[in-house]
This record gives sequence, C-alpha cells and structure tokens, in this order.
Amino acid sequence: MNLVKNAVAAAAASLLLGGTVQAGTLADVQSAGHVKCGISTGVPGFAFTDDKGDWQGFDPAVCKAVAAAIFGDTSAVKYTTTTGKTRFTALASGEVDMLARNTTWTFSRDTDLKLDFVGVNYYDGQGFLIPAELGVSSAKDLDGASVCIQTGTTTELNLADFFRTNGISYEAVPIETNSEGQANYEAGRCDVYTTDASGLAATRSALEDPSAHALMPEIISKEPLGPLVRHGDSEWADIIRWTLNAMITAEELGVTSANVDKMATGTDNPEINRLLGSEGDLGAMIGLDKAWAWRAIKMVGNYGEVFEQFIGKDTPIGLDRGINAQWTDGGLLYSPPFR
Amino acid sequence: MAHTLEQSGLPPVKPPKSSFSLGKLWTDKKSRGIIIQVIAMALFCAVVVYLAGNVVENFQKLGKPFGFGFLKQESNYDINQTLIQYNSQSSHARAAAVGIINTLLIAVCGIILATVLGFILGVLRLSKNVLVNKLTYCYIEFIRNVPVLVHILFMYGLMVHALPHPKQAIVVKETFFLSNRGFYMPQPLFQPLFWLVVAAFVIGIVFAFWYRRSARIKQAATGEQSPVFWVMLASIVGLPILAYVLSGMPINWEYPTQSRFNLKGGMAIKPEFMALWLALSMYTAAFIAEIVRAGIVAVDHGQSEAAMALGLPRKRTMNLVVIPQAMRVIIPPLTSQYLNITKNSSLAIAIGYMDIVATIGGISLNQTGREMECMIIVLALYLFFSLTISFFMNWYNKRIALVER
Ligand SMILES: N[C@@H](CCC(=O)N[C@@H](CS)C(=O)NCC(=O)O)C(=O)O
Repeated sequence: MNLVKNAVAAAAASLLLGGTVQAGTLADVQSAGHVKCGISTGVPGFAFTDDKGDWQGFDPAVCKAVAAAIFGDTSAVKYTTTTGKTRFTALASGEVDMLARNTTWTFSRDTDLKLDFVGVNYYDGQGFLIPAELGVSSAKDLDGASVCIQTGTTTELNLADFFRTNGISYEAVPIETNSEGQANYEAGRCDVYTTDASGLAATRSALEDPSAHALMPEIISKEPLGPLVRHGDSEWADIIRWTLNAMITAEELGVTSANVDKMATGTDNPEINRLLGSEGDLGAMIGLDKAWAWRAIKMVGNYGEVFEQFIGKDTPIGLDRGINAQWTDGGLLYSPPFR
Repeated sequence: MAHTLEQSGLPPVKPPKSSFSLGKLWTDKKSRGIIIQVIAMALFCAVVVYLAGNVVENFQKLGKPFGFGFLKQESNYDINQTLIQYNSQSSHARAAAVGIINTLLIAVCGIILATVLGFILGVLRLSKNVLVNKLTYCYIEFIRNVPVLVHILFMYGLMVHALPHPKQAIVVKETFFLSNRGFYMPQPLFQPLFWLVVAAFVIGIVFAFWYRRSARIKQAATGEQSPVFWVMLASIVGLPILAYVLSGMPINWEYPTQSRFNLKGGMAIKPEFMALWLALSMYTAAFIAEIVRAGIVAVDHGQSEAAMALGLPRKRTMNLVVIPQAMRVIIPPLTSQYLNITKNSSLAIAIGYMDIVATIGGISLNQTGREMECMIIVLALYLFFSLTISFFMNWYNKRIALVER
C-alpha cells in the first residue's frame, strides 16, 4: 500500500518537477514517504514519548498534522531530537525538513540564519522558576544568583541583557537540554531556572513537589514560538504555514476532529467548505489534494483540541489559553483567511 | 610481469639509462613509488577540491556568506569563568579568547596533575609490597577501561549531588567553603608595596640558579659538594617570605561570605572545572602510570647493579642512572598522553565548562549561524595546541636523548 503510494507520489513528483534542476522539499518528502521533523529532546506536554515509544505533544502535533495533510498518515514522520544548539544546523543541513520545537521567531534567525518561520503556535515569554522558600518576589532581587540556562537559545541572550540593564550580577550555569536543566536545578547547582514560561510550567509539573516552586511575576521577553523551515523553498514553507493555519482556523470556525467528517460533506459556511475541500480546490494551490486540511484536523485535531490535550488546564502542565486564545476571544491567534 | 622477464633477459652489464622505456617507470621500485605517491596526492587533492566546491555551492544555495566579520560583533552572552575582562558586550573574538584561556587552563592543570599522579602510581605499581602493587594495578585497570566521558560525568554528578548546598557549605575556619557551587577561598588583594615581594622572588630565582651553576663548577673542579637544594629553596621561597614580612605583609585577603543566594567574594573553583580537571587527570594518570612503569622496567638491571657496585647510594642510583635512561623510553608516549588531555578537554561541553568548544564552537556558532567559520577556528586552535606540545616534547626528547661521544 505504502509502496504503491510512494511510487505514485514519486512519479507524480518527477512529472511535476521534470524540468527543474532541483527537486523541492515536498517532492523529496513524498518520495521518502515521511516528513523529517526536528523536535526537542523532551519537555513535558510539549514533546514526550508515550508508552509505545511514539512522540506525542504540542510540538510533534504540528509534524503529525503536516504528515496527515500530505500522506493521510500521522505516523509518516521521522523524528529527530535536537537541542537548542543543534537544531538550526540540523535544519540547514537537510537532516530535517522542518523544526517544531519551541523555537523563538527572531529577526536574525529569520534573516541571517537563513530560516523561514511559518507562523506562531505559542506566544510565550521568558520567565524564572525559583524555589518558593527563597522568598524572592521579583527577578530584580536575583543579584548574585546562579542561573541555569540552555545554551544556544534566546534565553541566554535575554538573560545577559536583563541582568546588565538592571545592573545586577549572576553566575550562568550553561546546560544543553531541559532535562539537564531540571536535574541541575533540583540538585541546587543553580538557584533559578530560566527559559520560556511554558517550558517552565512544563518543567515545574515534573518536579517532585511542584507547589514548592514558583514562577516569578516578571516575563522579560517576547518569545513567539513556531515551526520553521529552510530559506529558499517557499512551496514547502506554504504547506507548513497553512497546515498550522488550518488548525487555528478550524478552532475559530468550530471544526473539530469529532465533527469534521460531517462538516466536510458541506456546510452553509463557505470558508469551512473551502477549508475542508467541498468548495473550490485550495489543496491544489499548495500541491496537495482537496482533503488535506480535512485529514489534518481529523487525525490531529484543531488548535484548541491539541492545546487542551497536551498542555491545557486539565493536564499536569495546566497552562491557560491566555494570549494564545483566538482573536475572537481576545487572544492573539489570528489566521489569515482561507480564500 | 612481462616487463620483468624482458628486463631480466637484458645483458646485466648494460647501464639502465640507455634503455629508457615507459614500462620501466613502473617496474622500477623507486619511480613506481613516486608514481603511486603522485596519484594518491592527486586523488587526495581532487577529494579536497570536490568537498570545498561542495561547501561553497551549499553555502551559495543557502545564501550564506562566508567570512569572519562576525568576530567583531557583540557576543551578547555571559560566560561564568573568565580569567580576562569579559562581559556580554564584548566581541565574539573575545569570547573565543576566554574559551582558549579556559582550555589552556584545564590542559596545563591537567597535565601537571596527571604527570604527578601518573609517576606516583607508576612507581607504586613496581612496589615489592604485594598489596600496594595489586591495589595500584586494579585501580589503573579500572580507570583505564572506563571511557573518559563517563569519568567526567561521574565526577560532575559527585560534585553537584554529593556536596552540600552553599547554605550548608563545609566551612573551614570561616575561610574555605566547599559546596556544590564550588570551592571558595580568600582572594588576595595586592597592596602597592607588594612589588617588593615580586622583586625578591625574581632575585631569589636568579641567585638560586647562579648558585647551582657555581656549585657545579666547584664540584667539577674540586669534587666538593654544596647544599644546592637547601640554598635554592631558601632563596626562592625564603627570600620572598622575608620580603613579605619586612614590607608589612602587603596583601589583604578578601574572604568569601554567605549571601542571599551564593557565597560572595573570594576566589572560587567551579565544580565544572574541578570535575573536568580531576576526571581528565585521573584518567590520563592511569595511562602515564603504565608508561612510567614500562620505562623503569626497560632500564637493564645491570645498570643499577653497576651503579651500586660503584658505591652510589640507592637514591642517587635512581636519580642519576635509572631515571635519565627511563625518561628516554617515557617521553615519546608521554607526549601523546599530553596531547590526549588537551584534546579530551573538549569533552568539557558535556558538563558546561566554557572552553573553546563551548564558546566560539558552541554558543557563538549557534547564535551567529557561522558553523563553517567557527569550526575552522576551533580546528585551527586544537591543531596549534597539539603541534606546540609535540614541538616542545620533541625538543625535550632530543635534549635528553643519548648523546654519543
Ligand atoms: N525559545 C527559546 C528557547 C527554546 C528552548 O530551548 N526551550 C527549552 C525549554 S522550553 C527546550 O525546548 N528544551 C528542549 C530540549 O532540551 O531539548 C529559543 O528559541 O531559543
């Protein structure tokens, strides 16, 4: 079955791209039969392995949605774990086709590092996690503290700026992965652990006694986290961008994994019809079929479903939607229209 | 094959130059060697050119420029162990310099400790006491057969998990504090008059060496021995101490004190440094011990017997006869152990010690995206360190090598 699909896909791809010198990423992905997706080494809720050893979480969900859109198979993903330091090299060298691992969209990454951010799946900011018993109420009181930070991140740059501009000193304790950070924090090698607030909430949930640790009120930076691809293949970027937008739009329009089959037969909302393929042929415009978004929503869920499943109120991570609510609910999630 | 037959058929007296043929180029051992080398070199160059071309092409495809201009930009990150002035506003080049110094520090400290430990272990290994001998043997085998990275991670785990939090630090006389954030000790603050002590030290050294030389000349001329060791000790150590006391002890000490989060003030050896240093030294010392043992065993028994027969005491026999000869066997493999320490120090990255790989080859690389440039810098630096060590050890080896009269 898979073989036939691959062969057909490869044939189609070679027909389509017969003239061009260099095959695009989509064609490569289709002939390989899977999406190579870079994720983090593990952050509770955001990326973790389940009992069967499959990657799950808020970030892998983006990879799965893309695989569902292209192949109709959420397992058609080959995951590669990357640290804050290895992720961009992995993407630039072609080891992975896309990154979905709480990576901040910044100017220099988007331009100088030759990456393309395709959207934001979590609006975040950098926070501080500290044992409650230290009784520190503001990050400005952290003079002289030892701070655990992941290297190669925006975190370490923000931290340097924050302490310098506030004229206070600290000892940086550099670490590679979130689990190392947690271990060092628990062992007391550092007083404070700092990273994206979402990551802190996730890490806190995995501590022995989460209530003994508090997030400080300050958020010292903007960290729009989202999936990204290499510069130079806009077609591929489009597919990731619009798969993410499809999940966001689905939530906005009330399309869920439960009702998507029914809605796909046609509704009286033309945007839903275009999204799910019963009207027009948006899929063809990005090199896929009509049912691409329908498959992504059916197999992975809309944005809100994914959020609640992995990191929402009822999970141990317990994150509020906050600014990650739909624009219609006063949040920042605002997908361009499907037209 | 045919050529060889043909050749053997030729009259043996005929000089070969008069009968030049292309085939001969191949059958002749010397010219064949040259041909093979030329072909190999050409292939190698082709591979290099191909790879370099690939790199350039891929860079162009990515639209990435190649250049070292980024070294002048602000690094924007902090480093926790800096022996030179550095902050997040300093350049990437300066961050690299901090990394280089940290690498050199770990390499030099590692080489010293590994040598001392290695020589002690090597001598213990030859002990006639069975218990000492076997214990050393077990220790060496155990250490040598566990990968060095495991040693480093284990040491670091020990430092961070077994040592107490700074609040419960092990305190010696309110002066030395040992905790999982490091080993804190008082920091000397030098007062203006301190130059007297430095001057005394320099004079002490000069005098000590002058004394040693004249003692040697005297011994050569008259056979009379002088108390060289004690005089040297007195002038190198005693003189500065005397100057220190006489000039009114011109050093103030800044003591570490408990503060809200950490220990404040004083000097600190961080657990990352400590773990890396101890692990690398212990690991390499096990190899050096075997080298030292082999070197001593390699000196023929007859040598020490002859020395004893001449009436040299045991200690002098060791110092004047056995060790100088053993050194000739020890130095070449010792050199490669020194190179190993230097290169293995790059495993620092595993525990967050900020060496070259962690600074310019790590954070700078990652924040600027200049993979190629940063890796070239790191490679060039390690190559430079290794060549310097080899060069020095080769020089030393030549100096102590057998001089034939
Ligand atoms: N958003 C920041 C920091 C990202 C980051 O490193 N986050 C951590 C914790 S939330 C992480 O993903 N760790 C996963 C890992 O250790 O592999 C960036 O893009 O530089």
